[in-house]
Formats: sequence, structure tokens, C-alpha cells
Amino acid sequence: MGRTLAEKVWDDHVVRRAEGEPDLLYIDLHLLHEVTSPQAFDGLRKSGRRVRRTDLTIATEDHNTPTIDIDKPIADPVSRTQLETLRKNCADFGVRLHPLGDVEQGVVHVVGPQLGLTQPGMTVVCGDSHTSTHGAFGALAFGIGTSQVEHVLATQTLPMAPFKTMAITVDGELPEGVTAKDLILAIIARIGTGGGQGYVIEYRGSAIEKLSMEARMTICNMSIEAGARAGMIAPDETTFAYLKDREHAPKGADWDAAVEYWRTLRTDADAVFDHEVVIDAAELAPFVTWGTNPGQGAPLSASVPDPDSFTDPSEKLAAAKALEYMGLEPGKPLREIAVDTVFVGSCTNGRIEDLRSAAAVLKDRRVADGVRMLVVPGSVRVALQAVEEGLDKVFTEAGAEWRHAGCSMCLGMNPDQLKPGERAASTSNRNFEGRQGKGGRTHLVSPQVAAATAVLGRLASPADLSDATELAGV
Amino acid sequence: MEAFTTHTGRAVPLRRGNVDTDQIIPAHWLKKVTRDGFEDGLFEAWRKDPEFVLNRPERQGATVLVAGPDFGTGSSREHAVWALQNYGFKAVISSRFADIFRGNSLKNGLLTVVLPQETVDRLWELTEADPTAEITVDLVERKVTAPGVEVGFDLDENARWRLLEGLDDISITLRHEEDIAAYEAKRPSYKPRTLPV
Repeated sequence: MGRTLAEKVWDDHVVRRAEGEPDLLYIDLHLLHEVTSPQAFDGLRKSGRRVRRTDLTIATEDHNTPTIDIDKPIADPVSRTQLETLRKNCADFGVRLHPLGDVEQGVVHVVGPQLGLTQPGMTVVCGDSHTSTHGAFGALAFGIGTSQVEHVLATQTLPMAPFKTMAITVDGELPEGVTAKDLILAIIARIGTGGGQGYVIEYRGSAIEKLSMEARMTICNMSIEAGARAGMIAPDETTFAYLKDREHAPKGADWDAAVEYWRTLRTDADAVFDHEVVIDAAELAPFVTWGTNPGQGAPLSASVPDPDSFTDPSEKLAAAKALEYMGLEPGKPLREIAVDTVFVGSCTNGRIEDLRSAAAVLKDRRVADGVRMLVVPGSVRVALQAVEEGLDKVFTEAGAEWRHAGCSMCLGMNPDQLKPGERAASTSNRNFEGRQGKGGRTHLVSPQVAAATAVLGRLASPADLSDATELAGV
Repeated sequence: MEAFTTHTGRAVPLRRGNVDTDQIIPAHWLKKVTRDGFEDGLFEAWRKDPEFVLNRPERQGATVLVAGPDFGTGSSREHAVWALQNYGFKAVISSRFADIFRGNSLKNGLLTVVLPQETVDRLWELTEADPTAEITVDLVERKVTAPGVEVGFDLDENARWRLLEGLDDISITLRHEEDIAAYEAKRPSYKPRTLPV
């Protein structure tokens, strides 16, 4: 019987297989950041171990880093200590680090792909659940805990329990104004936050094949929000074109050998998935969340649901609690929800195409009075590219704040946070209670919806803007 | 890792599903560089409510958390497991756990037990009616018992063995150092290296 893409990549990394034991998998790339690594390095020190493969390991600073005044000392002493700890650990153990201020610094999941370090058929891990991002290249990439970070540092391997396979097939054309973010939010709403539990999801079908690499990263990034172990997309010409000539991409004869291998990384025609979901791209619309988990979403044209409309008792309770936290009444049209903050950035939507699509909406428009809009590029390289294209000017002229690269308001570990009761339209990945600041309320949206929302001050898509301007007689 | 064989303790019934790791330990606690001192951050936002179950006097000293489905979703932060352990929890029962959280818990000796939702419902009713009721989580016999409840649970044999013995994964893996070296010797040359080019 044929094998799926995920099974092929898994099989190629088995170091040891024994009855009754989890497979021991080799890890091709280990990404580190300041938050989930200090206790792992401590563990190495205590047991007198070294980093086995510093040449397969790379670190960057992203979660804690400020996005303004980066040339000044970090104000929060605890954040500063954590960054200093990473710097010391990388120096002591010989790990390559891109610290704040470095041209390669940025959100770890933006940095890996742009350096060309993420390639098809690799195993990629990081102490961060959004490692699933790298699956966009046909890599098997998963988030791990700190104990596993230590395990990979010491052995370059991980014992991994077997997984199940799920195919999510999206055929057809995405309608105008519908992005990868809308698609993945719709998928999570459909299968639920636990729907992917135990599975590696392969996204396939004509609508997926047409997506750019950056859009594919947005999709795979949020696989974890459906509870999946990982998300993957088979590599194709789009993947190869993205990688060609990147700093760490193979060169010369190595490139040819690599591409030859990469072309084999497709699910065989006779392979069988444990579960299959089919989605018609043409039926999708801009999608936003109304609740406090990423599965609580609906098309922008819908209204806040009534908790009583849920049949499952735990979903009903969750919806009621979510509406209470979000300060929303059932039946309120989503388009009438006013926001005071808009955040564009994160490992989900902080790449150059995301900034371009937000800027295209904002060009010659203004952020509504009383709305604060933060634009935080995913990496310094993304920021430089944006400046070259004049996007920073578009944002600042519209009244948005153009910030330095980092995770920023996605999780509010740095000073970029919502205040209690503030409501944000955010291109990030999690709308959990307090995620963007204590008492803050989050609606997950695409970059286009974020920009349109900033202009109108309420949840909106770019299509609403032309109506609004006509109505205003402009 | 501390070994886990069997544990008996009072319970905290947490009637919530989709308890994500941001709720278990908010991000601002993640700046610490140690594995301890997270107990005050556990469910920090909810604990501001004096009626929150963890704050009730009758739940003080409880060691078994009985939670709704999809416990531990979201971020991979192992700090969530440390916070539960630092607070004093020895076991968590739910009908479904997020994968990364489950893996983290078992690597730290916090036993996560999957039981059918009907059983979780019964444990909730039981421990709400009688806060002194004790739950026993027995990894040796692979069963959970409480007054009027006795139910088996699954855990893969390898994970169970490592928990029972309190074994350290890294030293187990390093016994197979030759296999790792043999694999490395045949890795293709086109695989990327992080060293500056």
C-alpha cells in the first residue's frame, strides 16, 4: 500500500524502531528562542552534556523583545534576564544566535524559512507550538516542550508516538478577498480545536496548490489550533522557486539531488488517510472569530451565535462563557462589533505578503479616530523589504504605528498589550482569554480584514470600504 | 523525573472545556528561567474570582484536577505542567488532552488520565457533592477509583514504564548513541546546516 507524505518523511527519519517503543526520530533542524530554552540548557549543564549538533541548531530572540526603542536597554528586568540567559547559553554551548538588533532577528518561524533553512522532507522542531508553520514546505514540523528541547539538544533525536493521518482537501477557487487566513479559520471552526488531535494534517487540492509559500505557511501555522500534531503541504514548483538561491538552500549538484528527492515527497495515489475532510473553496468568505478559542469563528456576514444553538453541552457552556468574556450579545451582527485596537503581525500573518495586502487596503485611507493600529513585521528582513517598497510610509501616513520585528501583541510578553476590556482585530493565531493582555478581547482576522477594520473602526472587509466611501459621498 | 505509581487525593472539579495553556499559566510568567515558582500563576486570571473552585476553602490541598475536554490546548509551554505540579497537583483527568501538553506532563511525572466524558461527569458530581471524596489514580493497575467509581484507563506501555520507574528519556536515548551516529553518517549532503555560509 502507498504511503502519505507524512509517512514518507517520518520513515526517512527513523533512527531506531523497536517493538513496544516509540520510534526514535532524527531531527534535521532545531529552532530555539528565549522562552522555552533556559531550563533545557540548565538541564544540559547539570548532567554535563553538550549540544550534539550545533550545526543543526539556531536561535533567535522574539517573544520578549520590545518593538520600540530597541537601541535602549530593555525596561522589564525579567525580560532582560531571559534574553541575557539565551545569549549566555548560546555563547557557552556554541549555538548560532540572532539577537535583537541583528539583521536576521525576528519571529523564529519567519526567520527559518527566509534563511532557506526550512526545506522539504525535513524534521523541524522548536519549543513553540507554531512550529507547524514549517510544514508548508513539506517538512514534518512540530512544537515541543522544554524537556524535549533538552532531549534534542543532547541527542538530535526525539522518541515520537505514532500519529494518524488526515487529508483536508480544498478544491476550487478562493473567491476575491478570501485569504489563506479565512480558509484556516473556517477549517478550525469546522473540525474544532480538538478535531486534529493525534493527526498530522495534509492540506491538498487545487486551492492549496495555487497558494503562495507565505499563504501556505499561514495555513500550516494554525494546524495546532485544530489540535493537530502537524500540518503539511506537498512540495511543488512553488516551493522549489521559493527556496532556490536562498542562503541555506542547497547549491549546484546538491540542489539537483535535493530537488530529485523532494519530487518524491507526494502522497501515493493508493495511500489511505485515517480521516478525510473536503472543503469547497468557492463557498468560503472572510472569516472572523467571535469567541475565546480559534474554533469559535463565523463568516464576517454572520451574527454572534446564541449559545443555545449548540447541541453539545460543553460547546454550549463554552459559548456562553466566551460571550460573557467577550462582552457580546447573541444576534449582534459581527460587522457591528467596534474595536479599539488592530494588530497586524505574528508568525501567522507577519510576512511581506501580509503587509502588502494590509497596505493595499490602507493606501490613501485613514485609521479611524480612536483606533490604535500596530504593524509589527515578522522579521527584520521583512521590515527592510517593506521599507524598500514604501509600505511603512503607507502605514504611518494612514495613522498606524510601524514597529520593530517580534512576536509583540500576539501574546503580549513584551509591553505591546491590550488593556482590560480593550477589543482587538488581530492577524495572530489565538483569541484565548487574556492572550493579548489581561482582560483583552481578541477577534482573529486576516490582514485585509484587519486593515479594513482599522479604517471603519468595526469588523469589516475591504468590500465594505467601497460601500462606506460611496455612502459618505467621497 | 519523579516516579509515579499510585496517588490518592481530594479533587478539584473544573467544569470547563478547552482550558488552554494561556489560562493555565499566562505568558508574563514565562519570563522566569527556572522550573519552579509557578504556583501563584496557575489559573491566575480565574483565581481573581473568590468563587473560582480553586479558591474554595474545601479545595485546599486537593491534588487531582478533573477537567473538561481538550485540556491543555494552545501553546507548547511546559510551564503549564510545572505550574500544576508546583501548586501540588499530581494527576489531571479529562476526556481529551492536547498532544503537546500530554507529552509534557508525562515527561515530568504529572499523570494525565483520559477517561470517557460520562466518567468525568460522574467524578464532577461526586466531588462537588462531597469535597472530601478522594480519588485514587493507580498507574500500577491502570485504574481510577472513587466512591462508587472504578474504571480502567489506557496508557501506552512504554510511557507507563518510564513513569513507574521515573526514568530520564535522554539517558535512555543515549544508550542508542551508535544508532544515532550510524544515521548521521548516511544523511545526504544537501541537508542544510545552520553554520553561517
